[in-house]
Amino acid sequence: MGNKQSIFTAQQLDAYQVVKCFCRLSRLFYRYRDLAPQLVPLDYTKQPDVKLPYELIGSMPELKDNPFRQRIAEVFSEDGEGNMSLDDFLDMFSVLSEMAPRDLKAYYAFKIYDFNNDDFICKSDLEKTLNKLTRSELTEDEVKMVCEKVMDEADLDNDGRLSLEDFQHMIVRAPDFLSTFHIRI
Amino acid sequence: MPRKGAVQADDVSVDIDDEQSDSDDGTTKRRANRRQAGGGRGGGGGAKGRGRGKKAESDEEEEEDEAPKGRRGAQNKRPAKKRGGKKDDDDDDSEEEAPKNKRGGAANKRKGGKGRGGDDEDSPAEKGGKGRKGGKKGGKEEEDSKGKKGDGKGKDEKNKKKKKKDDSSSDSNSNSDEEEDSMSEGEMARLMEEVEEKKKLIANIRNKPWRMKRRLVLLREAQQFVDKFEGALGKGKGRKWYAYKVMMTKKWIKFQRDFENFRTACIPWERKIKEVESHFGSSVASYFIFLRWMYGMNLVLFGLTFGLVVMPEVLMGLPYGSIPRKTVPRAEQDTAQDYAVLMDFNGYCKYSVLFYGYYNDQRTIGLLKFRLPLAYLMVGIGTFGYSLMLVIRTMAKNADVGGGDGDEGEFTFAWKMFTSWDYLIGNAETADNKYASITTSFKESIVDEQENQKDENIHLRRFLRVLANFLITCSLGGSGYLIYFVVKRSQDFATRDDLSWYEKNELELIMSLLGLVCPPLFETIAELEDYHPRIALKWQLGRIFALFLGNLYTFLFALFDEVNTKLEEEQSIKNASIWAMKEYYANFSRLVNDSESTPPPMNPADVIRGPCWETAVGIEFVKLTVSDIQVTYLTILIGDFARAVIVRFLNYCWCWDLEAGFPSYGEFDISGNVLGLVFNQGMIWMGAFYAPGLVGINVLRLLSSMYYQCWAVMATNVPHERVFKASKSNNFYMGLLLLVLFLSLLPVVYTIMSLPPSFDCGPFSGKEKMFDVIMETIDLDLPAFMGTLFSYAANPGLIIPAVLLMVLAIYYLNSVSEAYQNSNMELKKKMQMARDEEKNRRNNTDSTNQVMKDLEDLLPNRSLAPPAPPEPEKPPEPEGKPTKTRGGAAGKGVDLQKDVSLASSNPNAREPVTRAPGARGRGQPPGGRGRGGPPPR
Repeated sequence: MGNKQSIFTAQQLDAYQVVKCFCRLSRLFYRYRDLAPQLVPLDYTKQPDVKLPYELIGSMPELKDNPFRQRIAEVFSEDGEGNMSLDDFLDMFSVLSEMAPRDLKAYYAFKIYDFNNDDFICKSDLEKTLNKLTRSELTEDEVKMVCEKVMDEADLDNDGRLSLEDFQHMIVRAPDFLSTFHIRI
Repeated sequence: MPRKGAVQADDVSVDIDDEQSDSDDGTTKRRANRRQAGGGRGGGGGAKGRGRGKKAESDEEEEEDEAPKGRRGAQNKRPAKKRGGKKDDDDDDSEEEAPKNKRGGAANKRKGGKGRGGDDEDSPAEKGGKGRKGGKKGGKEEEDSKGKKGDGKGKDEKNKKKKKKDDSSSDSNSNSDEEEDSMSEGEMARLMEEVEEKKKLIANIRNKPWRMKRRLVLLREAQQFVDKFEGALGKGKGRKWYAYKVMMTKKWIKFQRDFENFRTACIPWERKIKEVESHFGSSVASYFIFLRWMYGMNLVLFGLTFGLVVMPEVLMGLPYGSIPRKTVPRAEQDTAQDYAVLMDFNGYCKYSVLFYGYYNDQRTIGLLKFRLPLAYLMVGIGTFGYSLMLVIRTMAKNADVGGGDGDEGEFTFAWKMFTSWDYLIGNAETADNKYASITTSFKESIVDEQENQKDENIHLRRFLRVLANFLITCSLGGSGYLIYFVVKRSQDFATRDDLSWYEKNELELIMSLLGLVCPPLFETIAELEDYHPRIALKWQLGRIFALFLGNLYTFLFALFDEVNTKLEEEQSIKNASIWAMKEYYANFSRLVNDSESTPPPMNPADVIRGPCWETAVGIEFVKLTVSDIQVTYLTILIGDFARAVIVRFLNYCWCWDLEAGFPSYGEFDISGNVLGLVFNQGMIWMGAFYAPGLVGINVLRLLSSMYYQCWAVMATNVPHERVFKASKSNNFYMGLLLLVLFLSLLPVVYTIMSLPPSFDCGPFSGKEKMFDVIMETIDLDLPAFMGTLFSYAANPGLIIPAVLLMVLAIYYLNSVSEAYQNSNMELKKKMQMARDEEKNRRNNTDSTNQVMKDLEDLLPNRSLAPPAPPEPEKPPEPEGKPTKTRGGAAGKGVDLQKDVSLASSNPNAREPVTRAPGARGRGQPPGGRGRGGPPPR
């Protein structure tokens, strides 16, 4: 705890604590730094502009087996390509932490599953999700059918795609969403 | 308030506007926002203005608003106008600009503060201005009331001024004092509101889906704002107090946050659990989380028992050997230190603080006059009370978090799609399993969907299921009888001395073995039934639960038999000892000729003493717990570890593949482990009253269990092939725990309330019932009227109505919740109907005639646009009104429908019956086609 002071100023620390969803700031910082010790300075009081490339982020043990790791990195990174600054990194793990509220999680889950960033989950997004989940082991027909069923179930306004409301409506009722959509770090 | 806030935000300062809009721009409003502005975070302001301010104002309107405001500003002060103009120019605020403007305004206002009339007399037309005028005249209250009367505009005005003033107060300290003095109360209230809003923003900022950087910026601004203006608030006498209050709140919040952080940091085994989680998924981890929760609860129970019962007795009570109940009897002293005896919790163990019998019945002990018997009873009851409360609260919280009303089947595929990946998985092997299981589950669902029910040989299956249940019932009954038999036999053994090790520990062994053998047996039998794995898991859990429960209760009943015989035995011993005492006194007084009664000079070890059934019961429970621990650990060691070692190393020289073939590695048995934990806890609850040390043993057990099982699962087990999700069963486990808690409460309460305690051991010795301790306390320690109060409260005439009242309340609440549920269902049904109808409509569009098509084009339009748009079309074609315009007024709709139904022979002919009346009216062919014209845009 003592050396935290040298990384962040007290004010920064304070601000992070208010903003973030949980408190293991120093731990997260060291995780971030361990990804590329040569790139990340130990002194963050001057807010250096450092970004880690996606290759490093995606190779974290927490993420490397996740089929959606690229999407996660893209959604949370500011440039949309998976290159993350410390802020983005903190952002990511605060959303994925246990203490983040459900709505926040649902919002980001929606973003993650929205592959083409058009703010709607359309059929192609669903197909991508499904293929990632099953490693493309389902046949063409099966994929199509499952996607249709999902649309059928969750699309409340029948516009052929899932909006955020549709998604939230569906996801907040899911019994497993909160327990599975988090990463302990 | 919302309206005010919105207006003010537009008016006052740019950065406020930005922030406020963002603060409201929660996830729910996103969609509207996106529709309008095409996504991106920037467009938040407009959407929010509409959503929150309920005045349907879009970006353009907002900009239009700027102009009048600017003018208004011009009436009063120049700088304000300048600012308004500027704001029109660059709506994308630059943060440096806004403060500058404000400062300008502030300077102006300062002038106004000194000589108010100069500026304000220009604006008598505005009500807010009037208010200010009143303020100048001196009556602050008057000003306030008038200000309140002022409508939105007036408030805008005021608000603006106030803002500036506030800025000024913070900008230049020299002026600030008089500035604040002249601040009206209305302004204060507004400012306070604003500060409150900022504070709310700070509190909620972590729940907003913004980027970290943005959040940090916003937070800094909000905090600066709060810091600036909080001090400005409060005036005159109340000011210091207010400042103090603010400071204390700040400190308190900081403390809370630190404490929260501290608490999170104190949660143990986070990393261990994470490790398990990443290897085995959330289901196995849920067991460890449950274990951790249990450990926490037991720590509290341990603290209660040791802090209030054990430590006082050890520190302040009489030392060992001073009185008979604290001394090993002469007959046992030779063997009292033998290892075997100690392991049976006899000898020195039996006469130690671990058990009930050791405690003395002195009313108060030590210098502190600690009432130990009372504390003992209270801790016994408090253990149950605390556990009940905790379990119920956790259940309620779980139910709250779990989303609750998840209807199975409504979102089968969607849930599978979006929630089946476990983000915790961080291990390649587990990930492989997970992929496979997801694929299978999708395939299963597809097959299910394709052929909903395939019943090949339903008779055979039914027969098999009945057979399986019969077998299981048989084995349950058998195990129950076996336990009863063994307990009976052990009572016989108790009178003999020449016992082998097996005969001594028969009962515990048999119970542990049953718990070991029966679950796999059940599982094998359940194969016959061929249920879906999830249902099968439930059945399995239910059966194991029944087995454990049956065993526990058989054990209890047998124990009570034993207790009853002990009670009889005790009665005779008591009589004998009383007789001996009398004899002694008679002899003593005869010999010494002295009526003074001095106790006989006897070594406490030699005193005749009763069997002390409480300690006996406590010993049984402790032995049971210990043997349970041993069996569990040994099972893990042999069943998992040895198996893993054999499979791993013998695989090199074996004729078939051990890893893939028969023995393979064990899987972690979640349900069995959880049930074991639950029942262990049940035994603790039951036994803790008779053996206070049991809680300590249990804490140790849970602690070691955590490390041991974590190691075992990581070292020897393989991930489940079909990874079950456990989150939903979380409350299931809790429910089991609650049931066990209740069931273990019963016998303890029974003994407390109705069995006579032993006459020569334990804190309640010498009393008729253990419960009498409370009566005694009421009589002796509390004032007299309390005693009468209690006696009234204990009156059946009061208790029965109270019980009735409670039953009525339960009935009422129940029916209310039922009503809510019904209306919920109704609404759900309605939604479903609306959806279906919409779907039908879309699908059938092509099949209906042209008119219908035209008309249906109107429908979505109408639903999206506000009621206003159709209006302009009315005047040109008045006769088209009946069919086309739907003002939204219900009365009109009914009339129209009547009209139409007169005009056409069968209005419903081409319509789905489910359509709402309004829509039906519109769908009429006669008017719609010709005069309907293009849909109003």
